[in-house]
Formats: sequence, structure tokens, C-alpha cells
Amino acid sequence: MTQDELLKELYDATLVGNQPRVIELTNEGLTTGVTPETLLFDALIPSLEEVGARFERGDFFVPEMLIAGKAMSKALEILRPLLAETGVETIGKFLIGTVKGDVHDIGKNLVDIMLEGAGFEVIDLGVQVPPEKFVEAIKEHEPDVVGFSAFLTTTMPMFKVNINALEKAGLREKVIVMVGGAPVTQEYADSIGADGYAADASGAVKRAKELIQQRALARR
Amino acid sequence: MSNNSHSVTDSLAAVSGVARVEVAGVAVLDVIACGAIASSVREISKRRGWTVQIHALSALLHDRPEKIAAAVAEIAFRLVSEGRRVAVAYADCGSYGEVDRVCAELGVPRLSGLHCYDVFGGEKFIEKVFESEPGTYLLTDFLVRSFNKTVVKELGLDRFPELVEDYFGQYKRVLWLKQGSDPLLDAKAKEVAGLLGLPLEVFETSDGGLEYELEKFYGNGYADGGTVKDTEMSLTAGSTW
Repeated sequence: MTQDELLKELYDATLVGNQPRVIELTNEGLTTGVTPETLLFDALIPSLEEVGARFERGDFFVPEMLIAGKAMSKALEILRPLLAETGVETIGKFLIGTVKGDVHDIGKNLVDIMLEGAGFEVIDLGVQVPPEKFVEAIKEHEPDVVGFSAFLTTTMPMFKVNINALEKAGLREKVIVMVGGAPVTQEYADSIGADGYAADASGAVKRAKELIQQRALARR
Repeated sequence: MSNNSHSVTDSLAAVSGVARVEVAGVAVLDVIACGAIASSVREISKRRGWTVQIHALSALLHDRPEKIAAAVAEIAFRLVSEGRRVAVAYADCGSYGEVDRVCAELGVPRLSGLHCYDVFGGEKFIEKVFESEPGTYLLTDFLVRSFNKTVVKELGLDRFPELVEDYFGQYKRVLWLKQGSDPLLDAKAKEVAGLLGLPLEVFETSDGGLEYELEKFYGNGYADGGTVKDTEMSLTAGSTW
């Protein structure tokens, strides 16, 4: 198999979430001298971008997106240490979690998938994350963006509680705050003083990139 | 008044804000119902002797709750503009206020609460359930009965069973709001909990909460010995099953 054929097959296998084949092709690529960056940027990331595009068009649904994301995650488990060795820079660091009192994480996990697929380093704190845990994690990891997820109207007020906790800890100006979840709207995000909001996983990636760029420009 | 003509009773319109239609001298209530509770609406209405026209929408709309309000509006607008008396047998159902917006615009009532769980279990009880364990996955009789179609198939678990953990990994228990008595459903509920790998708890309830809500729509204590009819819905609006 040529390198192009391998990359094409890896792209296709990721697209349909064929996890065993993705692992096999990733290992095969590395064995035959394909660089981790090539596997990532010429097969895996474009495939995940296509998954996101199909989801936006309504051609893919949540199961297809999850299954493709899981396949890509397996490939990343193999590639991550190699990429770290080669010093490939990530687009940014994104800390994410579902707020306290809320166990819903499918949307958050889709955002994780798309962020990783786009080249972000993602630190996922899981579900029912209390404000103090967000604060500690921001101090520890120093992310570019922190994302709060909520699925319930009853847990959405935790966004503001979290933002207040960041302000109290003197961290608010150091990190971009994004919010999301089924009941969340741009108006709500604005009303609580979040920096960004997106309605879906692909939108979250685009918005995070924009906000990071804006901040970088503002600091010049 | 002929059987085919509708007369509007102004007194009710003054009270409820919507016109009351009579067919052959019998008051008709058009109920736009979620497919998940349409059969209960039907049974209660028959038992209570209410003349009800049920317009059932597919329960699968719950997989795309952002579409519920538009589907309700499509039917409600037509019925209201025909001068009919309409009620919406939906709670908020994950529409995050959109069903309310439609109901307010058209002046029609809906079920109280966020979900039908509130109707069957009572809002305060459900609130306590989630206070004590946010990781509670709720079932109704309908969900138990239709689990393979409404959940397994719709979430793609028939094609990707390995996604069970992704969907349900954060849940700690299954709580079944058991409305009726059916040994087959008992077995099915255990099967569902087993599939999700979660302990099953059962809260014995009934259709009483729904009956109370429907009674508010129809008129307290009112019975006309009428008939219950179902409207065949278009594919756009979905179908019950």
C-alpha cells in the first residue's frame, strides 16, 4: 500500500468509526515510515472535519459522530507521545467540564472529539464539576479556554457561579470562558458574561479558534 | 346546527380565550398529544366520557426536541384558526420554552412541568429524585414498552452497542415511574436496566397526574358521554406507533 493509499484508507476508516482498522492503519503507517504529523494532519483531522460537516448537514447523527471520535481517539493514543516528542504545537489548550449537579456529557464529549480533531489539547474534568475544581484545574493547566457545559435549565445558573469563582480567584482575565449545552443561547451567554457560545460541537471549535486569535491580537 | 357545522360558544371563548366548537351539540376538545402519552390521553378521555379529537405526534420528536414546538404549532395554528378548542399534551419536553411560546401565541394550554415525568411522578417528587441523585435515568411505561425503538435504535445502540457507556456511563440508577400493572413490562424494565448496567428502582404511580391535567383542559367535572377520535397525521408531523 502506498502512503497515499494508507492515508486515504485511514481517512475512510475514521469516517465510519472502524476502530480496529484505524488502530491497524495507524500502526502500519508508523511502521512504514509515515510521520505522526502526516497521519494526523493528512488523514485523521480531515476525516473528523468531514464528520463534523456531515453532522452539520444532518447526514450524520450523534452515534456516527461518537463512533468516529472514538476511533480517532484510539489513533491519538498511539500518536500523542510521538507528537509530543516531535514538538508539534497544539492550537490551544481547552479545559472542559459539565457543571455541578449535571451528569449529561454527550454534547461535551462531542465537543471534546471535535476539539481534539482540530488539534486542541483537551483536558476534560468530567461531569458534576464544582466551581472549586474548575479553579484548581485552571491554576494547574493554565488553559487558553475553559468550557462549561450544562444540559438542564436548572443547572445553567452554575455558569455564572463558576465565572464568579474565577473572578474571586483572580483568574477571569487569564482564561477565555465558553459555555454551551442544549438550553443555552447566545443571549444567555452574554447575560452571564461568558466570552463565547456555540450551538454545536463544530461551532465550538470555530468559536474557540476565533477567541484565541482575538486574544492573541489584543495582546500584541 | 347540522352535524357538519361548527357553532362557537362565546361564553367559553371569553373564559379560555379560545373558541369552543360543538359538533352535533357536543363539545370537542382537540388535544395535540405527544405519541408517548397519546394512548393514556385516549384511555382517560374514553373513561371520563369526553369528546376528544387526538392529534398525536411521533414520540420520536423527543430525539430532536427543537422540532417539537414547530410540529405542535403547525397543527395548533390550523385548529385555532378554525375556531376549535385546543390543548397541548406536551410539557416543555426539552424545547426550552419554545412550546410555551407557541401556546402563549395561540392562547392554548399545555401540560405543566418540564417533562411528562413531572406529570406522572409529580413535579416535587421528580425534583427530589434529581436532588438526591442527578444520575437518575427515568422511565415511563411507554419508554419501557418502546425502549428498543425509542432508545436503542434511535441512539444507534443496535448498530454500535459499544456506545452504551458513552450514553449512560454517568447514570447511577434507573427509576421507573410505573403507571400500570403489566407483568410483561416488569420483565422488560429489568431487561432495560440490565442493558444499561444500572440498578432498577420502581416508583408506583398512575395516570392520575395526567388525568388531572386533562381535566383542567376539558373542564372540571364535565362529561358529555362523547367519543374519542384519532386524527391521522401527516408524515411531516410524524406518526404514533
